[in-house]
Amino acid sequence: MSTLVANEKKGFGSTIWDYLTTVDHKKIAILYLIAGGFFFLLGGLEALAIRVQLIKPMNDFVSAGFYNELITMHGTTMIFLAAMPLIFAFMNAVVPLQIGARDVAFPFLNSLGFWLFLFGGILLNVGWFTGGAADAGWTAYTPLSTTSPGHGVDYYVLGLQISGAGTLMGGINFLVTIINMRAPGMTYMRMPLFTWTAFVASALILFAFPALTVGLFLMMFDRMFDSVFFDAAMGGNSVIWQHLFWIFGHPEVYILILPAFGIFSEIIATFSKKRLFGYTAMVFATVLIGFLGFMVWAHHMFTVGMGPAANSIFAVATMAIAVPTGIKIFNWLFTLWGGNIQINTAMLWALGFIPSFTIGGMTGVMLAAASADYQYHDTYFVIAHFHYVIVGGVVFGLLAGTHYFWPKMFGTILDETLGKITFWLFFIGFHMTFFIQHFLGLMGMPRRYWVFLEGQGLDLGNLISSIGAFLMGIATIILLINVVKTSVKNEKVGADPWDARTLEWAIPSPPPFYNFKQLPLVRGLDPLWIEKTEGRKGMTPAEPLGDIHMPNNSFLPFIMSVGFFIAGLGFIYQKDNLAWLSAVFIGMGIALGCMLVRSLKDDLGYHIHKEDLQKEAKE
Amino acid sequence: MSEQDVLNPKHMPSNPEQATLEGKNKFLGFWFFLGGETVLFASLFGTYLALRDSTNGGASSQDLFGLELVFIMTMLLLTSSLTSVYAMYHMKNNDFKRMMIWLGITVALGLGFLGFEIYEFVHYIHDYEFTMRSSAFGSAFYTLVGFHGGHVVFGLSWIIALMFRNAKRGLNLYNAPKFYIASLYWHFIDVVWVFIFTVVYLMGVL
Ligand code: HEM
Ligand SMILES: [Cu+2]
Repeated sequence: MSTLVANEKKGFGSTIWDYLTTVDHKKIAILYLIAGGFFFLLGGLEALAIRVQLIKPMNDFVSAGFYNELITMHGTTMIFLAAMPLIFAFMNAVVPLQIGARDVAFPFLNSLGFWLFLFGGILLNVGWFTGGAADAGWTAYTPLSTTSPGHGVDYYVLGLQISGAGTLMGGINFLVTIINMRAPGMTYMRMPLFTWTAFVASALILFAFPALTVGLFLMMFDRMFDSVFFDAAMGGNSVIWQHLFWIFGHPEVYILILPAFGIFSEIIATFSKKRLFGYTAMVFATVLIGFLGFMVWAHHMFTVGMGPAANSIFAVATMAIAVPTGIKIFNWLFTLWGGNIQINTAMLWALGFIPSFTIGGMTGVMLAAASADYQYHDTYFVIAHFHYVIVGGVVFGLLAGTHYFWPKMFGTILDETLGKITFWLFFIGFHMTFFIQHFLGLMGMPRRYWVFLEGQGLDLGNLISSIGAFLMGIATIILLINVVKTSVKNEKVGADPWDARTLEWAIPSPPPFYNFKQLPLVRGLDPLWIEKTEGRKGMTPAEPLGDIHMPNNSFLPFIMSVGFFIAGLGFIYQKDNLAWLSAVFIGMGIALGCMLVRSLKDDLGYHIHKEDLQKEAKE
Repeated sequence: MSEQDVLNPKHMPSNPEQATLEGKNKFLGFWFFLGGETVLFASLFGTYLALRDSTNGGASSQDLFGLELVFIMTMLLLTSSLTSVYAMYHMKNNDFKRMMIWLGITVALGLGFLGFEIYEFVHYIHDYEFTMRSSAFGSAFYTLVGFHGGHVVFGLSWIIALMFRNAKRGLNLYNAPKFYIASLYWHFIDVVWVFIFTVVYLMGVL
């Protein structure tokens, strides 16, 4: 098992097999990118359908019931199946390289995390084909969700449970990777900001997702086994769901935005040709945001009736988050200030992000004023707020990251002209769609209604909003064309096409499967830049050339996820017919069986021998 | 470190569970996992506290709980935690046989606990018609205590599987971390029980 396989040409079948069994973080990153990208397109189509329905008053493009499914699946898909996995794509592609590691701490769990996410995501969407998808909103408030007829919400519960388990594994994996596997000299305060944000986001995942797990279990028991957690008639309490959901849900929005902050920090420093301004303050702000993120969940529940004391405490805590966020905005601006700025597509996204996100932060503080929120709550004002932060922040970040890290992941550069066209169309479309929604909300247009009436001053705003959505749709299509064009042209670039600063640019694009032949010696922040300014071409090795230990591929994660998928279907349908319990047993049997095999079968990995590495170097 | 050094180490260090990078990663990763589990149980406890008086006219905690049974269960589980400490002590001294004996005792105590718990649930269901469906208190009780019971089942199966798998070959740097984290898991289950004992049973009879 010690021969180098990197250069071999492979057939189609063996490539597929390779990806089904891979434990290589770089390939898992590509899997996340493809799957997350697919769900992004799906969620986008759902969004367009919503906007077509709202393009004019009293439209009947879709039925009221189908509209509920569309908004529910749009939100759920975008948050859990598009944004999260795309963030994991970049964390996988970049974090191990940025800290000078050969792999992640748990390569097997890494692959399991991906397949759980994918099968959970597929399960969520199976509902479309079997009589209706989830329709109680992405927040699935009880008792609406516990009494929603059919199986839609059951798919939501089990799909999210399975993919959530995958996310939790990913979080633990990155925490341990970053703590235990940094290269010699890579102290915490030399870690690139993207690694820092990935680290804090992983900690948030670890402490936030279990609350969702419990919420989903309670909902599952209520819906499938007739427990009465949320049934007021039997002494239950539906507000418990809201607490559990938002104890998870608010940290979740920071799980999404922090890595995006990290990507922007890398891009802005690289293309300003300057060290990131206020690095220490940036790290501090990241950690502080992560910490405060757990103290504010009830700002989503101001109107539930928690009382003035609780509302005030949560309002103040929420407003406090604007402080570290402001620190970050200013640090980016100061990094740009006096920099030798180069504007390309990645940088355009970063520059577009700063004002867009700031608007979202400002409306956030408006919403945090609890008494005023009674007016804003559940109107389009809230929709506008969170799309400014999530699209203007997270999605811009992911698109910036796509352009910036594409060379490292695939060895080619995305087309700049098409990239810029995408940016401008998307940027204009985005502001058209969502800016006007602030005013629609202030005029009283509630969210989640499938029609609005004529003559209430809402017609023009909605029309503009819908046109903007189509601009974003076109921009996305151009991005896809860009990807295809770039891949077909296949013009390879070198290791460091951006003249960048951090470790990932010190090794070839795409990197060999063992990443670093010799672990690099890190001598400061922006280690590659330090070496370049001192006239060296690459990093100074920290160790002599030696054998490299690598993990074995495994098909178990895939099978295990299939097992959970089957069990999920069984749980859903045993409600109608107890024969489906057999699917639960078979599925759980497969999954637990795989776990047992994993625990009991020795898997020590293999070594690449020094001699083979030397031979490869000569070729 | 080659495969040979890991599977047949010439000499066992005093902390075999953290002698390899894989071992160190497992150790740290498992602690993080337990952090997540803590949030999981905290959420369940919160739910229970919110619903424990919602008896819907059915059996209440005062009607149901008797401290005698719970006392025996607590003793069994606490003792099993202690015996697993002995097992890990012998692991660090590279005394495989004693480790296995103490793990065996741990498993026996755990099975005893489980037996009593099953008896308890059956008793409530048959004699009081107190189920998951009868009241929100019932839902919360069975879910919290049942989740803990599920952890006990998983922990026992895990330890037993490890014992069988490694019975013939003894300790090495590859399986030492596995034994170690299984025992960590067992301690965690024990700590959760202490909270269940206090919050559910003690506060329930008072
Ligand atoms: C300065 C920072 C922020 C503040 C003060 C803030 C405040 C708020 C408040 C008070 C609400 C509740 C409004 C209501 O329902 O009446 C809200 C909703 C929301 N926020 Fe923010 N927010 C901030 C940043 C963010 C960020 C960075 C994200 C995501 C990346 C985000 C995502 C959301 C989402 C998704 C919702 C709505 C959820 C729903 O009801 O469906 N927010 N925000
Ligand atoms: Cu929030």
